Amino acid sequence: MLYSEKVMDHFMHPRNVGEIENADGVGEVGNAKCGDIMKIYLKIDGGVVTDAKFQTFGCGSAIATSSMATEMIIGKPVEEAANLSNKAVVEALDGLPTHKIHCSVLAEEAVKAALKDYYDKNHIAYDPEAYCTGDCCHCHDEG
Amino acid sequence: MIYADNAATTKISDAAKQEALSCMENFWGNPSSLHTPGQKAAEKLFWARQTIAKAIGAEAREIYFTSGGSESDNWAIRAMALAGAKKGKRHIVSTAIEHHAVLHTLKRLEQEGFSITLVPVQQDGIVRTADVASAIREDTALVTVMTANNEIGAIQPIGEIGGICREKKIPLHTDAVQAVGHIPVNVNEMHVDLLSMSAHKFHGPRGVGVLYARRGLPLSNLIDGGAQERGKRAGTENLPAIAGMATALEEACRNMAENAQKEIALRDHLIEGLSEIPHSALNGDKENRLPGNVNFCFEGIEGESLLLLLDAKGIAASSGSACTSGSLDPSHVLLAIGRPHEVAHGSLRLTLSAENTMEDVEEIIGAVKEAVAYLRSMSPVWKALEKGEKEYVIQ
Repeated sequence: MLYSEKVMDHFMHPRNVGEIENADGVGEVGNAKCGDIMKIYLKIDGGVVTDAKFQTFGCGSAIATSSMATEMIIGKPVEEAANLSNKAVVEALDGLPTHKIHCSVLAEEAVKAALKDYYDKNHIAYDPEAYCTGDCCHCHDEG
Repeated sequence: MIYADNAATTKISDAAKQEALSCMENFWGNPSSLHTPGQKAAEKLFWARQTIAKAIGAEAREIYFTSGGSESDNWAIRAMALAGAKKGKRHIVSTAIEHHAVLHTLKRLEQEGFSITLVPVQQDGIVRTADVASAIREDTALVTVMTANNEIGAIQPIGEIGGICREKKIPLHTDAVQAVGHIPVNVNEMHVDLLSMSAHKFHGPRGVGVLYARRGLPLSNLIDGGAQERGKRAGTENLPAIAGMATALEEACRNMAENAQKEIALRDHLIEGLSEIPHSALNGDKENRLPGNVNFCFEGIEGESLLLLLDAKGIAASSGSACTSGSLDPSHVLLAIGRPHEVAHGSLRLTLSAENTMEDVEEIIGAVKEAVAYLRSMSPVWKALEKGEKEYVIQ
């Protein structure tokens, strides 16, 4: 099989699909030309991610990493959510094929983009260097 | 399980399997040996060569056994490039939709100093003969155009192109891997000088194919060694695979009209059913296409996830999305017929055989409709299209 059982589980039964109305932070990364777009919505209450939803256009691993990433940040303080790494997502999914690693990078960046939106809206200072520009075709090269 | 990926490979037919097994048991001698077991094998080998030659209107001595379509393509193109270069001709004409076995060989030749013209195709996936004719130059060493496309099934006007090449005295090669055994292929009627075929595309074994090369062509040696394949491709012949291929081809040609009629009925019903999906489009010409080929683009979704969902529902299909190819770009064929990247990622290829049934087709239609709707429900691209934030590419 191309994918681990965990990846297939999160692809076939994705957690947290959808959108959050009046979300506190929304982030969209990737582009359709490259074949994947992830959009993550966050509900943040008292500095804690209380809910996360996603919409994804992409392959099986793009959907699975979005699902896993949202699951991993719900209930976490924003500082902790901001530290979610693509490696942690890959490990939680019991691995991804090498040429699919970029999907996990996209998931990490989607979470960061949503947090950046939250920081911007609430005038919270952050290091702009740590956040992606939203155009993730370059992510493919890291696969 | 419904198998709808016959352009990738076909299930070996019972007759071909029996023939291959029988060769292993009864014809295991080396065809180059003088003794009786060897000569029995040599006779079997000649029978296979003759059977295959007859199926495409060739002579037995014009048939060279290879490991498959890719080897045949590489050999044909390299040999003609070499022959051309000796006369100072270093230009090759081909099309934008060829198989990678052709395109990557041409790319390599380009690095070696050849000049390559890839003629574009029209929206219907068919190259125009006039466009090929005007690409031909004084120094053109070879024209290579596929008989039918492996992704979108579009049948190319090889007979017409062959007429032009004959007039201009330029050898014509055709990659007929998807065509042989499925539609009539005759090297004389098509004015073809070199032709590639692969056994596993017509219910034969894999790892075996043929290069047809017209008598008198300067075909250089591929493998030096013994006298096998007229000394041009040395190595003891894989007789079980070769005989299995001959049996499969003979069978495919005998049943061609009947199979094609059945597949066309299934294909057209499938096209009709999938056309009901909003913002979907058939890729390739509706009429001039291989009997079993269906290829669609669905806006707002990505092909690999569609394949995984279909596989979970017991349907084996294929896609031209980048994610399934392991490369950055979606199918070069879909781009060549004018599909933009984002739409080309959402393609689905279903290739039927005569073993499929109308019930299979009904089940496929239902499953694809369901899977496309589901993926669209979680796609931010589809949401943006629905909200009018983006414009539909496919109306």
